[in-house]
Amino acid sequence: RSGSRMEAPQGRAAALATACLSYSRGGPGRALALRAVTAASAQDIDNVGRKYHLKLVLEDILDKDNIVNCTAEVLYHLGNTNAAPDVHFEIEGELKSTDEQDNTFYNRIRSLKEELVAQDIPDSHGNVPPEMEPIRALAQAAAGYVVWQNSTEDTQYHLAQIKHVRQVKRSDDYLEFDYMVLLHEFVSQEIIPWQMTVLWHPQHGVKVTQNSRQ
Amino acid sequence: DQVLRAVAGDEAQLALLRALGDQEELQVDFWRGPTKPGHPTDLRVPFRNLQAVKSFLEANGVAYSVMIEDVQELLNEEKRTMALSRRLQRSTDTFDFASYHTIEQIYEWMEQLVAEHPGLVTRLQIGQSYEKRPLYVLKFSTGGSGRPAIWLDTGIHSREWITQATGVWTANQIAKEYGKDPAVTAILDNMDIFFEIVTNPDGFAYTQTTNRMWRKTRSINAGSSCVGVDPNRNWDADFGGPGSSSNPCSETYHGPYAHSESEVRSIVDFILGHGNVKAVISIHSYSQMLMYPYGYKAEPAPDHQELDELAAKAVRDLAAVHGTRYTYGSISDTIYPAAGTTVDWAYDNGVKYSYTFELRDTGRYGFLLPASHIVPTATETWPALLDIMEHVLRHPY
Repeated sequence: RSGSRMEAPQGRAAALATACLSYSRGGPGRALALRAVTAASAQDIDNVGRKYHLKLVLEDILDKDNIVNCTAEVLYHLGNTNAAPDVHFEIEGELKSTDEQDNTFYNRIRSLKEELVAQDIPDSHGNVPPEMEPIRALAQAAAGYVVWQNSTEDTQYHLAQIKHVRQVKRSDDYLEFDYMVLLHEFVSQEIIPWQMTVLWHPQHGVKVTQNSRQ
Repeated sequence: DQVLRAVAGDEAQLALLRALGDQEELQVDFWRGPTKPGHPTDLRVPFRNLQAVKSFLEANGVAYSVMIEDVQELLNEEKRTMALSRRLQRSTDTFDFASYHTIEQIYEWMEQLVAEHPGLVTRLQIGQSYEKRPLYVLKFSTGGSGRPAIWLDTGIHSREWITQATGVWTANQIAKEYGKDPAVTAILDNMDIFFEIVTNPDGFAYTQTTNRMWRKTRSINAGSSCVGVDPNRNWDADFGGPGSSSNPCSETYHGPYAHSESEVRSIVDFILGHGNVKAVISIHSYSQMLMYPYGYKAEPAPDHQELDELAAKAVRDLAAVHGTRYTYGSISDTIYPAAGTTVDWAYDNGVKYSYTFELRDTGRYGFLLPASHIVPTATETWPALLDIMEHVLRHPY
């Protein structure tokens, strides 16, 4: 089926589930994106909130043939709580390993004489220098956390652009990057600058240690 | 320098004119020398000597008029036209459709298109933007008078660069395929197409010079430091309703009143003035959707079944090109409630076939879609547009 009727709230829940999956499984070697929603339903739970049941197909942008099916549940809490939505997901099968790309990136950054600095990824024309793709994939994964923590049933965020990224030298094994990104919120159409401090290690994955709306 | 045309009334005045030419310090240069009384004499006079020459002519009762106010200006204009025609010689065959272009480049390409397809394409100006840029519409017509018409627009939200670029490709395609593609030929043999490609030129210029993410117009908002109105919330269709903001700093600020923006008002006036527009297709990005009214209410439009079936077909034919998946439905169901939109206004003003596209992608690049997507996007959207236009042709109302 090449096109489908999609209700907007289900689309937003699917985008949120994808953001969580990105944070959980993404990194410099893997950028997960939503390819399709194959099933979606919503259920009102008295005194709790609204829960969406979703079946999603995700793809790894860096390796388009790498697709994976997931089921996800997204619960938006009732009322004006600051609590992030609850998201649970299950991936069918295994994602292809990215150990090789991860280690290549890790070693490359560790051996830089000067801390990495870059801006405007992608640039105005959508260009991303090949050596910046892992930096961008990492931002995508980290932004998944920010999106998850700040989403409501009425919002849908996408990472629009990395305005600025600066590597921060560390004495331990982790790589640290200070990102200033632009998030695009779909319903309000606002472009929101957001700062994120991101830690990454090939074995330990992605962690956002600090983030703030600018 | 100015060029004066003097007419000697008699032989005496003729002699005076010849004498004028002999006075070296006046530096009068005859473009057409004194010959006979009653025949024009054209003299080029440097500005610094103009007063002296005019006084001389007046004192002697020689009739004259100013033929060319400023020669330099004329030379500049000619240089410009020559440069333009040198570019015209390059032709639309060498225009790079797979790149993003500036406003100036797009406007020049329009001139080329018109020059290459006389009798089919003309360029109209329907108004001016807030910053006084021309609002150009390409008219595709094979004749007739006030034929039923299809309106297309791209670039109303300036940061949606894939739309202006798709607009350029599509306009070129329409011109190219008339007389070749049976569907295009049938459509243009019976209907006119009006296509506004740079619908928000001020915003577009701003995305190129200052802020790539600019969406709105660039009008000054009284009492606020924030600039611009969302041109897709400024239409008189539940103006001010849900999904639009009363805050000038918001990306969905609806403006002080409906049609406050000249970019919007010009289209309103054009469509209402035309009186026979049968379809309005407004093209945006991103999210890969094809939608029909309403945005301002959840209640289905009276024609929703027909509009939905046509959308389903268009989306199928789009996907057949490169496998790109679109969702479709009413605006309020598919994307979000939005009041004051182009297509809702068109629909409520009798334009049954009112659609809005959201082109590629679904968020990976978003507004910053690489130029390599331009031709694939335009190519896949083309059959969807044709589906809608053909349906309009076959279902007159």
